[in-house]
Amino acid sequence: MLSAESLKKIDHEIAKYPEDQKQSAVMSALAIAQDEKGWLANETMNFVAEYLNMPPIAVYEVATFYNMYNLEPVGQYKITVCTNLPCALSGGNDAANYLKKKLGIDFNQTTTDGKFTLKEGECMGACGDAPVMLVNNRRMFSFMSNEKIDAMLEDMKK
Amino acid sequence: MVNIEIDGKQVSVPKGGTIMDGAKEIGIYIPHFCYHKKLSIAANCRMCLVQVEKAPKPLPACATPVMEGMKVYTHSKQAVTAQKGVMEFLLINHPLDCPICDQGGECQLQDLAVGYGSSGSRYQEAKRVVVNKNLGPLISTDMTRCIHCTRCVRFGQEIAGIMELGMAGRGEHSEILSFVGKTVDSEISGNVIDLCPVGALVSKPFRYSARTWELSRRKSISPHCGLGSNLIVQVKHNRVMRVLPRDNEELNECWLSDKDRFSYEGLNSEDRLTQPMIKHDGQWRSCTWQEALEFTANKLLEIKDQYGSGSLGALGSAHCTTEELFLLQKLMRGLGSGNVDHRLRQSNFTTDQSLCGVPWLGTRVAAISEQKSILIIGSTLRKDHPLIAQRIRQAVKKGTQLNVINPFDDDLLVKLNNKVIVAPDEIVRALASVLKYAFEQREVNAPESLIPIFDSLQSDMESAALIAKSLIDNSPAAIYLGNLAQHHPSYAQIHRLALALAEITGASIGILGEAANSVGAYIAGAIPDLSSLSTTVGLYSGEVTGLNAVQMLSDASDPKCRAFVLLNVEPEFDTYDPYQALKTLQSADFVVSLTAYKGNVADYADVMLPITPFTETSGTFVNTEGRVQSFNGVVAPLGDARPGWKVLRVLGSMLKLNVFDFDTPEAVREKVFPQDMKIDKYLNNRLADMKINLESKESYVIQRIGEVPIYQTDTIVRRAQSLQQTRDGMSIYAWMPKKLMEQLGISAGDQVKVTQAGSAIQLEAACDEKLPDNCVRIPCAHPKTFSLGAMFGEISVEKL
Repeated sequence: MLSAESLKKIDHEIAKYPEDQKQSAVMSALAIAQDEKGWLANETMNFVAEYLNMPPIAVYEVATFYNMYNLEPVGQYKITVCTNLPCALSGGNDAANYLKKKLGIDFNQTTTDGKFTLKEGECMGACGDAPVMLVNNRRMFSFMSNEKIDAMLEDMKK
Repeated sequence: MVNIEIDGKQVSVPKGGTIMDGAKEIGIYIPHFCYHKKLSIAANCRMCLVQVEKAPKPLPACATPVMEGMKVYTHSKQAVTAQKGVMEFLLINHPLDCPICDQGGECQLQDLAVGYGSSGSRYQEAKRVVVNKNLGPLISTDMTRCIHCTRCVRFGQEIAGIMELGMAGRGEHSEILSFVGKTVDSEISGNVIDLCPVGALVSKPFRYSARTWELSRRKSISPHCGLGSNLIVQVKHNRVMRVLPRDNEELNECWLSDKDRFSYEGLNSEDRLTQPMIKHDGQWRSCTWQEALEFTANKLLEIKDQYGSGSLGALGSAHCTTEELFLLQKLMRGLGSGNVDHRLRQSNFTTDQSLCGVPWLGTRVAAISEQKSILIIGSTLRKDHPLIAQRIRQAVKKGTQLNVINPFDDDLLVKLNNKVIVAPDEIVRALASVLKYAFEQREVNAPESLIPIFDSLQSDMESAALIAKSLIDNSPAAIYLGNLAQHHPSYAQIHRLALALAEITGASIGILGEAANSVGAYIAGAIPDLSSLSTTVGLYSGEVTGLNAVQMLSDASDPKCRAFVLLNVEPEFDTYDPYQALKTLQSADFVVSLTAYKGNVADYADVMLPITPFTETSGTFVNTEGRVQSFNGVVAPLGDARPGWKVLRVLGSMLKLNVFDFDTPEAVREKVFPQDMKIDKYLNNRLADMKINLESKESYVIQRIGEVPIYQTDTIVRRAQSLQQTRDGMSIYAWMPKKLMEQLGISAGDQVKVTQAGSAIQLEAACDEKLPDNCVRIPCAHPKTFSLGAMFGEISVEKL
């Protein structure tokens, strides 16, 4: 199901916790699995559950709680826009709407060329930088005016 | 103890207790949804907010630990404002569909909305809608109504031992569901219906059939497993509409197994027999009671005259009431025959002459929770005794060590201390090994007679040694013999070894009652040989002895019995060797079946007399701990069916037997349980004859493990449609370990031909890697498998 390399990483995470509390590693295990597979299919979550000896539904609870886990395949770039209150007050929704128009998709959709996926996100802890966006769970973009969004997308299309 | 004040009343609460505990103690009601006395504290509904002096804001009563001198106000302005605020939020997304909601009238949210809700809503936005889930044939969902109290989730984690439901998503998007597309398969899953404070989880079989206020509530006792769960049977228009638990902390607590809860569907089955019927020249026709009873009486007398009293035999189910079984054995003994038995699936009766009392649980059910170490021998515990398994699960969480000796390694959903998984014919030896280690660890010399046995056992069996250690090191400890042990061909040896083990380790020994009235049937005298009970505990005396169930049904070519009286028995499902039983009955001269259902009775009987199930008669069950529980009928008999005790009484009078002058069931009860009767005096698992010898094993190439599936145990549950559609109800396969499958060239999903003692059936093969190498696990008591032979023994399997 997962590569030996991923399993090694997961084992490394498991080792951080007491032996009878393997399931503490569920978040990192899901992240590692997602890095390999791109998204978390039911079989992947089932595998993680079995690997950590926990009920599949408990894994599913975690995977659905955090929106950094992809429960469906995503495009090459997953752009998550924060629409929580501080961002919303500083143009977060406008930025989201601009992105939607520009890409021709709504939240939770992927462009037909498989390049972009748009997600609505929760607070990223950078309210002062609003509007903020997170790309592929790793890279943060701050003060996203329409111009900066254009530039970002241009950059990504290359 | 911590002293606090709630609404001006003083109350002492144990340290670590909560405000909710204190309030319950003095009868002050604090509104709540997520709090439940048997579940962990979640404090997520926030309905129980109360005002606490010096606290800056309202606190949840269920999760706030008491502190000395705390002053709590549950109905102050601040508290009520907070509670009303919470209610307003809870109602934001709750559909106001009470008129079409099954929970209407018994809904906590509805009730509390009357007290804390306002008459209109300030919420103008769109309400959320949640898709319903398919959780299987028992639980119906309406997830939009869910208020996310997570009682159902915690029930799975904490009580059922398996987390099948969870809360996915977060915030407004959170919803209760099972892992993608899975059904809820726990054998006690129905309890989430009771736990759900709203109409999100409701009973699928009951749904839309009645309103709670139309139902009359009547007390009853479960007729299924040996626990004797207390029931509330709800009735409308003389029909049982549903069954709910009646709290009894010492037995079922506030739970019910799905079998107890949903079996009522079988009561209203199409298959009910509603008229007496007689077979004339191969044709069945209905007749009057008078005709049927006269015909039966004449036939019995005729056969008695022709072949002697010993040619009459009676088999009664241990799911019958004590009154019925008492009259059955009196009827037989009145006719001069001691051929009467209720242990239809037992195969070894060699301890009958050495009983020191009626076999029972050995402790109170409640005392199971206090054991520090438990050894279970031969039991599909979760399926046979769902709520006893639940009780043990809770005990193990508190530190009890659970050990098992079984021919399969089913997940008991609890941590096992140690297990010995061996083929059925190895169980005796495994138990002997535990005994050997117990002697060694106690540093006691084993009796002479046991030494050659111990020498013959395989050395170093580590898990057996650890089981012995667990029983010795922990007190109190208990050994329980499960249904499978009782059906086992070497039951006598298992029983004796277990007794010896109990003695050397200081553990108590118990026999898990297979049926609701397994203990009561002995008290009623429904066994062929009452002499040992008579000499040891003074139960009955001078009664004629006779043949046990296996002897009565044994040889069709040279039948011991020419006529049979069957009481609530379906021989193809209820006997140890159904193939043999059917052959014998078919060749008998006369068979009268007192039955609530038509079933396949026509295949072997000559007369069918319709008797009533437990809901239509009064009666008494004695549960596995020896608790005498009487109950009354909750509905009138269906059609011309009559209570079994009445039918037997009239039959007895017709046969001019002298002890049959009972006019009421109370009179029969009084006879079996006299006023001053102390039942404890009769209960004893000891055996006078403790001769242990390991019979030389027959060597099996492949052997069968025959278990009774959870929803095939008795006549009623067999006809409960919804239970039959559960996973447990449907999983009838030939289970084999991988190694055996490879050896036979079979893969999972293949159709196989299973042959046992000359009869063959076709089944689907399935893989259970945890089975011992030479075992095939094939459930008995099922329409697909009843034409096979005995529950244990040689069997062959080939690919079709």
